[in-house]
Amino acid sequence: MSTVGTAIDREWVRFTPAQRLGRYALYLAAVIAIVWSFRTIEIIPEFLYDSPQQIADLFVRMWPMDWSYFGEAVWASLIETLHIATLGTILSLFFAVPLGLVAARNLTPVPVLNWFAHFLFVTSRSVNSLVWALLFVAIFGPGPLAGTLAIAFRSIGFVGKLFGEALEEANQGSIEALVAAGAPKRSQILMGYWPQVRPAFWSIALFRWDINIRESAVLGLVGAGGIGVALDTALNLLYWDQVAVVLLTIFAVVVLAELVVTAIRQRAL
Amino acid sequence: MSAPDPGLPLGRQAFQANWSGRIAFGALVVYTIYAASHLGFSWDRFVTGLGQGGTFLARMFPPDFERTQLLVDGMVESLQIAILSSFFGILLSLPVGLLAARNLMPPWVTWPARTIIALCRSFHPIIIAILFVKAVGFGALAGVLALIVGSIGFVGKLFAEAIEEISLKQVEAVRATGAPFLNVLIMAVQPQVLPRFIGFATYQLDSNLRNSTMVGIVGGGGIGATLFTAYQRFDYDYVLAILIVTVAMIMVAEVLSGWIRKAFQ
Repeated sequence: MSTVGTAIDREWVRFTPAQRLGRYALYLAAVIAIVWSFRTIEIIPEFLYDSPQQIADLFVRMWPMDWSYFGEAVWASLIETLHIATLGTILSLFFAVPLGLVAARNLTPVPVLNWFAHFLFVTSRSVNSLVWALLFVAIFGPGPLAGTLAIAFRSIGFVGKLFGEALEEANQGSIEALVAAGAPKRSQILMGYWPQVRPAFWSIALFRWDINIRESAVLGLVGAGGIGVALDTALNLLYWDQVAVVLLTIFAVVVLAELVVTAIRQRAL
Repeated sequence: MSAPDPGLPLGRQAFQANWSGRIAFGALVVYTIYAASHLGFSWDRFVTGLGQGGTFLARMFPPDFERTQLLVDGMVESLQIAILSSFFGILLSLPVGLLAARNLMPPWVTWPARTIIALCRSFHPIIIAILFVKAVGFGALAGVLALIVGSIGFVGKLFAEAIEEISLKQVEAVRATGAPFLNVLIMAVQPQVLPRFIGFATYQLDSNLRNSTMVGIVGGGGIGATLFTAYQRFDYDYVLAILIVTVAMIMVAEVLSGWIRKAFQ
């Protein structure tokens, strides 16, 4: 072959010039953004001078921890946090499953409906759970109801999007067999799609539950119930020894939740 | 499906009832009712809330964009917090993630690194922000430091996992040429993990932008302080304006980071 010689002489480059240019432009943009932020961000230097003393003071005030606060307020609010996270997750599944079915393009071949479901997911995910909590506190008053709804509304987008994607990836073979046998839509979903997406579904739900445990711990800062309320009270009173107890409790619960999720994933999924 | 299929032996059905699934579902329903009553949810409260929600929405509309300067200043500060915390967070998570990778490092190095990552991950950025507000005072610096810690936890963990999944053949090949450790990293590890790492980094930039609009609630700088003050003063129309601008910024950032990921694919 006569082209062999030219192929060897040719210099191989991994990326096209346009790709290279795009990358360099992004690097440049990143550098400009970082330099701009660094030069214009407002930092009060006076606060920095005494930060070592402040940090030392923080630890001195935290020690010894006030364990009496645990029985007083932390335990009850901890249970409340767990209920908020779990109920919020269940509630979000309740909304996210139908929306996921609507969002999956192979199951609902109506572009307008797909688009509408995706729009709801983006809205749900773009609003922080603390903002959802603020809105629901204004509507339902302070307390765990607002927190549960905040967790649920924030999770719908996450669960729905991932569930919809899992449905779209489902193998069409068994579903075609069901359609050929004349199965109605309900049976197609229950017998064709559900067995295929079930592991993905539970793993998404567990993953979100794990995230929700962390998130529900801060909702109390805006009055939406849970262990955050105990944290907020201790912070406002500057009882750092009580704050330390709350922080340690949150840490323990988060680690436990992660262990539980890992264990379930290894055994059941 | 009460009548058994004629093609199957008596008493067998093509789709058998899933009793363990039904029991689990029943338990879930029981738990939901128990937990809802434990938290004091009631229908009355829900209905009262819906009425309240109408008033709330009525006071939110139309959104009030009058105090533009305050809004712009807050958003710019949030953006600065997000950019700086992502930059330093990602920069710091590189060595931490590398040290936590079990296929390249001995156990006595990975354990401390993994502990640092677990510590950084277990607290919500808002809680870390509370501690930094106490340590370095109110303002953007506390927010930046809090989000740096959060970024180390998240990116560090994913980065360590990405390194653990690489093919060791290329590492061996580079090692066989007598290359020192740094060259092994640059020539064998970096090309394999760069696209995934860019993915984590842009995701973290998005996540930091979301959280930088919130750290202000506890005094960490950014638009969050303005939002929370407006909320506490019942300026709901201004709250809606802030929310619209925040959500718009987050959506734009999501599109941009999608482009970045594509450019580095």
